[in-house]
Amino acid sequence: MTTTLTPWDKVQIARHPQRPHSLDYIRALCDDFFEFHGDRRQADDQAIVCGLGQFDGISAVIMGHQKGNDTKENLRRHFGMPHPEGYRKALRMLRHAEKFGFPVITLIDTPGAHPSMEAEQRGQAQAIAQNLVVMADLKVPVVASVIGEGGSGGAIAIGVADRLLMLEHSVYSVASPEASAAILWRDSGKASEAAKAMKITAQDLYEFNIIDEVVPEPEGGAHLDAASTIQALNAAIRRHLHELCTLDVPQLLEQRYAKYRAMGVYRSAQERAVATEA
Amino acid sequence: MKDFFRRAPKPQTSERRDQQIPDNVWVKCQKCGELTYQKQFQDALKVCPKCGHHARMSAQEWIALLMDEGSFIEHDVDLQSRDILGFVSPKDNYEAKLDAMIQKTGSNDVIISGSGMIEGYPLEIAVCNFDFMGGSMGSVFGEKVARATERAAERRVGLVTINASGGARMHEGLFALMQMAKISVALTRLAQARQPHISLMVDPCYGGVSASYASVADVILAEPGAHIGFAGPRVIEQTIRQKLPPEFQTAEFLLDHGMIDAVVPRPDMRAALARLLRLYRVTVDQPNFAFNQVAGHE
Repeated sequence: MTTTLTPWDKVQIARHPQRPHSLDYIRALCDDFFEFHGDRRQADDQAIVCGLGQFDGISAVIMGHQKGNDTKENLRRHFGMPHPEGYRKALRMLRHAEKFGFPVITLIDTPGAHPSMEAEQRGQAQAIAQNLVVMADLKVPVVASVIGEGGSGGAIAIGVADRLLMLEHSVYSVASPEASAAILWRDSGKASEAAKAMKITAQDLYEFNIIDEVVPEPEGGAHLDAASTIQALNAAIRRHLHELCTLDVPQLLEQRYAKYRAMGVYRSAQERAVATEA
Repeated sequence: MKDFFRRAPKPQTSERRDQQIPDNVWVKCQKCGELTYQKQFQDALKVCPKCGHHARMSAQEWIALLMDEGSFIEHDVDLQSRDILGFVSPKDNYEAKLDAMIQKTGSNDVIISGSGMIEGYPLEIAVCNFDFMGGSMGSVFGEKVARATERAAERRVGLVTINASGGARMHEGLFALMQMAKISVALTRLAQARQPHISLMVDPCYGGVSASYASVADVILAEPGAHIGFAGPRVIEQTIRQKLPPEFQTAEFLLDHGMIDAVVPRPDMRAALARLLRLYRVTVDQPNFAFNQVAGHE
């Protein structure tokens, strides 16, 4: 029974090597997909794939983190952990989408942005930050879906969207469970406890109103029936894009503004005092 | 160095020698170990007279240093975080931790924000207090920076942020990560109002803060020697399994790699900010300037 899965079980499913990865979805979602390479500055980071595809009869920019299907491919793709070049390739394609009026579909599946000397030297923080502000103001609809691991800043760098969907057994967290445990309790071995405490499942995040929809997976996870998972995600993205395409640009941006502006939970000191007394 | 000699501590009187010398009479430089008389250290704006190390300043100290006297009006003082995820175990009680931090720092969260002036130029300012849970970014942090940004856009004045943070606040989970997006959408309003965001990065500035608004300002300044990056040095060392060079992720390193505009020593900071605010005002204050009208400036 999938309902009895713990958050840590879900982390394992989200990381399952046989779980479908971005290109599996992209190839199935699009009638035609032309992959674009390179950030035009430095390199082509294969931890992110981008391109132009035909989705539901319209041309759309599609991008996603890409994990490998075997060790060799994972080394080439840095296990889906982008360097700044990857985010800048995505940035190029975001601007491309705006220029031509194409909607944007993003697929999130990364342990996080790559932590390395080279990434820092080339401005990892700046590359992520740049994508956030560009997506905040992008004048075309954006639908983002977490299909596996949503790892921190490396995930949100292609995740500021009008609609944020998550597959049923995907996770999305401010830091990986291992890193969270290390930061909170100085013990990365307590990752399973952190996975629970940090409320990282699609169900938790739907409760919190951070995401817009939980897309069902087959029992046991997407790797057991990739085709039906892809079909379900396809239908959900299609539905959301149709809704978004009825809006004009000012309405679209106003709704996106309101959506993110409302993110957060806080109260005044007086409210807190009252709550404590009660 | 001249100040160092001029303001040498007076010899202690016998009366004072009798008293127990409080811990805070001398300050030890965290970098070179030099002992400096507390008063002299404060007069030098907490910059070590021997090695130039810039010791950390609280948000209150930054505001006192930068803003015109009496001009600062604090906003959104009252906002407090709450334990939405339910960290209630005895060793990890978020509400209790918040209470302790509020006690310790005298403010409700990391950010102190408000309106004021620097050398007569109006601005909105938001300053991180690293002493409050490592400057970590949670809902209140995001809300206060977003509100400061919106106020700057509305008032058509510049925004200055002073950023020192270890990153997102774990206790607020994905809400903490979403603050990066929240501040980013607010910044679109500032851009529409064509007002500058000047980001000053001070030691240390990492994670969600460096990977969002602090790194996409119109002007990015940093203090000498400040450590700035996305991933912390320990995480990178674990990944690459070797020691990092000492200059890695310093302000000077970032300047060399084209990531920031200038490294400004603390005693020059107020003047540098005033110069920048003036340079942006000169264009904005000319309503008949053709390019302003072309771009639909109101």
